[in-house]
Amino acid sequence: MTNDETNLNDESRTVVAPYRAFSFARIAAITTNTLTELTRQKVFYFLLIFALLLIGSSAFLARFTFQQEFQILKDVSLGAMSIFTSLLAIIATARLIPQDIEDRTVYTILAKPVPRFEYLLGKLMGVLLLLAISILVMGAMFVVVLYVREQTALHETARQFANAPRDQLDAALRGLRASALNVDILPGIIIIYLKACLLAALTLFVSTFASTNIFTVVVMAVIYFIGHLQATAREYWLQEHTAGWMTRAFLGLVALFFPDLQAFNLIDDIVVGAAISLALFAKTAAIGIFYTLIYTLLGTFVFYGKEL
Amino acid sequence: MRVSIAAAMLIAFGLIRLPAERAIEMQHRQEHLRGVELNLDLREKIGQLGFVAALSGFRSIVADGLFLQAHVAWERTEWGRVLLLFRQVTTLQPRATLFWDMAAWHMGWNASVAAFNDRTQPRLALRIKAQREYFALAKDFLERGIKNNPDKPQLYESLARLYKEKYKDHEHASEFFLKAAGRPRAPSYDRRFSAYELSYCDGREREAYERLRQLYDEGEKERLPTLITRLKFLEEKLDIPPEQRIPKTERLNR
Repeated sequence: MTNDETNLNDESRTVVAPYRAFSFARIAAITTNTLTELTRQKVFYFLLIFALLLIGSSAFLARFTFQQEFQILKDVSLGAMSIFTSLLAIIATARLIPQDIEDRTVYTILAKPVPRFEYLLGKLMGVLLLLAISILVMGAMFVVVLYVREQTALHETARQFANAPRDQLDAALRGLRASALNVDILPGIIIIYLKACLLAALTLFVSTFASTNIFTVVVMAVIYFIGHLQATAREYWLQEHTAGWMTRAFLGLVALFFPDLQAFNLIDDIVVGAAISLALFAKTAAIGIFYTLIYTLLGTFVFYGKEL
Repeated sequence: MRVSIAAAMLIAFGLIRLPAERAIEMQHRQEHLRGVELNLDLREKIGQLGFVAALSGFRSIVADGLFLQAHVAWERTEWGRVLLLFRQVTTLQPRATLFWDMAAWHMGWNASVAAFNDRTQPRLALRIKAQREYFALAKDFLERGIKNNPDKPQLYESLARLYKEKYKDHEHASEFFLKAAGRPRAPSYDRRFSAYELSYCDGREREAYERLRQLYDEGEKERLPTLITRLKFLEEKLDIPPEQRIPKTERLNR
């Protein structure tokens, strides 16, 4: 065997690597790339708005009693978390595929041995990672502000009740702690994240057949509103038998087509001190994950038939 | 073609998830979540914009916004507006005891005093009538608040205070302090306050004495100045034998 033949054999050994139908490494590469792209688009600016909102409302609410202040602070912060993550999930996801088509990046990627579902999964994971980072940062800011205010309130209350009987002081401090930071907020934040994941997966599914990202955003806005009414439509559909068949058919379609987003609104009750049972949290989390998986699979199914 | 198949799959998925969604909703109702029905009545109460926001899952933020408006209306002593806004706030957030409590406080303590001191109304009888109407509004807020939050002691306490301070009805005040004491995480003073109020009720002195004495016997922690004063008063009134009375040397000024 000549030297040239030996070199050729060595090269062919390195080039013909075994192809795997599913590769975490490929998905991870697309995920990292998507996250980097989204970060470069300065999506994290909304965190600054969140911080300003949090600090601003905290300063403004100083004129109220501590209980009132905590309640409004929690409502505003968790509501802002919910709206920012939902918006981010929809807007960031809606532009993923159209942007890649416009930049022709999708052709470069899919020309390589990358299956379409890996491409789609990588894109979605990038958004989910972005949402996780966002909610972690917002959650941390919220906890810090609430903790600082709680400590101030505890010292102030202890000073005011210095001459009161011990049990009245204890009751006041207990009431204050109950209205401030409590562990029940954590499942609420996780549910906000899962709702955002669901919305991201649904947006990805819509964007696989949408022609523009504006169309995707508009459709998602409609889905968002109807999704919060789905439970009402579903109950009416299942229980009200006196309505006309057209009404019932319409309500049935709403109930079957749209996700029940109201099921993820536990925060409204958590902020007023309602404890969410583990069973309810587990069921809500499970249905959130289930929705996300199904919408991802449907998106993949449609994307396989899409002409690029 | 694929989109149509996906739509059919979406409906099939809808049928699969339907029982799970209903189970979650049932559990929400069992745990007293979803206490608000988003219907036309609510839309009339909170207006179009508020209703849309509430529909979008921002019920608590809308309630906070209305609460802030109610606070401004209170600063301007616009009592009609305060009442209207608090009705909206409590409709949106029926699980927030704070809102029920604040609504009752504004009606029972602020608006009622303003009505009684109203210089534009020269007739005392009408001023008293207006004042009592505000007491009734406060009572209504607290009763509805209790109905929505039966396990929380705060609103029972507030209703007891309303009976005590505004209606001068010690019997009902005692009853609601006792109900508050029976709720989870109730402060220990509710039981004491109930006994104090009972000690003012004619014909129930014996029962009041027994309850106060029981508290006294529980130890130093309960032997507070008011309790000792009321106990000594009842000992005199009921003519309790000297050997059964609490020591005369019991200090009142702790």
